Amino acid sequence: MASRDYDRVIQSPRFQELVRQRTKFAWTLTIVMLVIYFGFILLVAFAKPLLAMKVGDGVTSLGILLGLGVIIAAFVLTGIYVYRANSEFDELTRNLTREFM
Amino acid sequence: MRRLPIIAVAAVLVVDAVLSSSLAAGPDLGAVQKQPLNWAAIVMFLLFVLGTLGITYRAATQTKTAADFYAAGGGITGMQNGLAIAGDYMSAASFLGISGLVFASGFDGLIYSIGFLVGWPIVLFLIAERLRNLGKFTFSDVASFRLDQTQIRILSAVGTLVVVAFYLIAQMVGAGKLIELLFGLDYLYAVVIVGVLMIVYVVFGGMKATTWVQIIKACLLLAGATLIALMVLWRYGFSPEAMFADAVAIHPRGDAIMAPGALVADPISAISLGLALMFGTAGLPHILMRFFTVSDARAARKSVFYATGLIAYFYVLTFIIGFGAITFLMNDPSYFKVGPNGVYDKVKDLIGGTNMAAVHLSAATGGSLFLGFISAVSFATILAVVAGLTLAGASAVSHDLYAEIIARGRVSEQKEVRISKISAIAIGIVAIILGYIFENQNVAFMVGLAFAVAASCNFPVLLMSILWKGTTTRGALAGGLLGLVSAVVMVVLSKAVWVQTFGFPKEIFPYDNPAIFSMPIAFLGIWAFSKLDASERAKAEIEAFDAQYVRSETGIGATAAHVH
Repeated sequence: MASRDYDRVIQSPRFQELVRQRTKFAWTLTIVMLVIYFGFILLVAFAKPLLAMKVGDGVTSLGILLGLGVIIAAFVLTGIYVYRANSEFDELTRNLTREFM
Repeated sequence: MRRLPIIAVAAVLVVDAVLSSSLAAGPDLGAVQKQPLNWAAIVMFLLFVLGTLGITYRAATQTKTAADFYAAGGGITGMQNGLAIAGDYMSAASFLGISGLVFASGFDGLIYSIGFLVGWPIVLFLIAERLRNLGKFTFSDVASFRLDQTQIRILSAVGTLVVVAFYLIAQMVGAGKLIELLFGLDYLYAVVIVGVLMIVYVVFGGMKATTWVQIIKACLLLAGATLIALMVLWRYGFSPEAMFADAVAIHPRGDAIMAPGALVADPISAISLGLALMFGTAGLPHILMRFFTVSDARAARKSVFYATGLIAYFYVLTFIIGFGAITFLMNDPSYFKVGPNGVYDKVKDLIGGTNMAAVHLSAATGGSLFLGFISAVSFATILAVVAGLTLAGASAVSHDLYAEIIARGRVSEQKEVRISKISAIAIGIVAIILGYIFENQNVAFMVGLAFAVAASCNFPVLLMSILWKGTTTRGALAGGLLGLVSAVVMVVLSKAVWVQTFGFPKEIFPYDNPAIFSMPIAFLGIWAFSKLDASERAKAEIEAFDAQYVRSETGIGATAAHVH
């Protein structure tokens, strides 16, 4: 592809739509992951008594539940991204590729 | 499959003859003393080696082009690559180390597991697809896409080799010690066996064999860890609360194991470690290389999804295994070095150290045959990780330094692959020698250093060259070098090296991990030196961003790794 063709792709509304939506989505999820993880780390650093608090009558602490929650959140976030990318973004990319190749 | 029962019977006979006596002798064995030959483990490990050598032989007959050698011809599926990534990532350090950490201090082990996991979503959201769309064989292909080939490839090859070197030394020393303990082999033999096998996998089978070694190892490790965890939970009627309650009653630290302890001393160290673990994952060359083995961005995306799920599941298992080890082992003196008056420390006196918690637990839950299986799996785990590292290092030498810089692209595929194989042999030999030299050194900081360099050099250069239009060669080079040098210098001046290795009385850099400083240094360096760069070349590089942008976002014009 010559550089003029790249300009045409960049100018096309389909490309801009794809990139705009995916960039927004990917950065949103990135920030969510960063907030969850560093929120957890900050609790570990500054709020040890809170994490040591018991959940219910047993010995299981809030820290363990939150820790497992972070692990589950990491997996669920990748799942959310893959679900939308596999359907919506791939569809947009296919249309775009068809238009320009 | 039909041969399995015979092998199992043979293994049982061998175990009965030899291992029962060795286990009975358990309490007499100290951490520094190697154990008697563990035949069940050796037999099962030999089966693994035979199986993987068979795969290597098949892969060798199918490996003809450079694309076959570096990227398995791009013919790996998303699911397979997800398993292989998990195999590359779940090292013996995370299996034995984290379960040992949970055994010793409970909750604190979870902090490490989480740090190792949370880099994966970031890899998926920001890097994986773009990497596949832009690259061919190594991440240097991507970083140097529109920048100066020579300078950026040298930078990323150096970043690759530094990470590979430290990671490899840590793995080799760990492997030697572990095998000494698990199999009763001499340290030197253990290191030589690991070195020779990893050379054979990489040299003859290239990426295809390395990938299948990872896949088999991942399946074995997940199966083994699942079995141990199930047996632990079985005892508690599958109630984690009952398991925790028992652990709190047994552990000398009592209820403190359910909350953060001494591992994270100050907030700066905690955040710095978090940054290094999270973004280091996104800069590990042997992991990044795996994205070129799949056919397209969609498969790259799927492979991270599977890998994240498998790694998350694995870390939940190690947590259960650590707690299981507390409840199954701590009240049983046969797993400890017992003092003359029958007294022992429930954490420190564990035979072979706390890293052996998972291994002892396998004996406690499944008997000597299962102990042999878990020992063999641990060895296989090390082997798979070092093979992946060796391939990444060899590719940096042959593809980035030789083919693109020394030969300026004028080299036949055959010759490039030959150089890669020679490099793999050289890396293997150097790894054996360094493994031997570092036998009695403290190498624990090396994995941390590898992650810090990956997070402070490889990751910023890669991310900025892909995402920021204004990145120029001068900026990437200056920022990458600043990140690399500052990370290494701060680690050298930290307690782990300055005091514990060099023997100086007081450390100069007060924190354990440099990432909180070295990462911003790298990003700021790239930004500032790019902004200051008003050269003609810089203008051309910024103009070339659009073509790169279209390809990275859509895959239009991407290299198909599969060459017919």
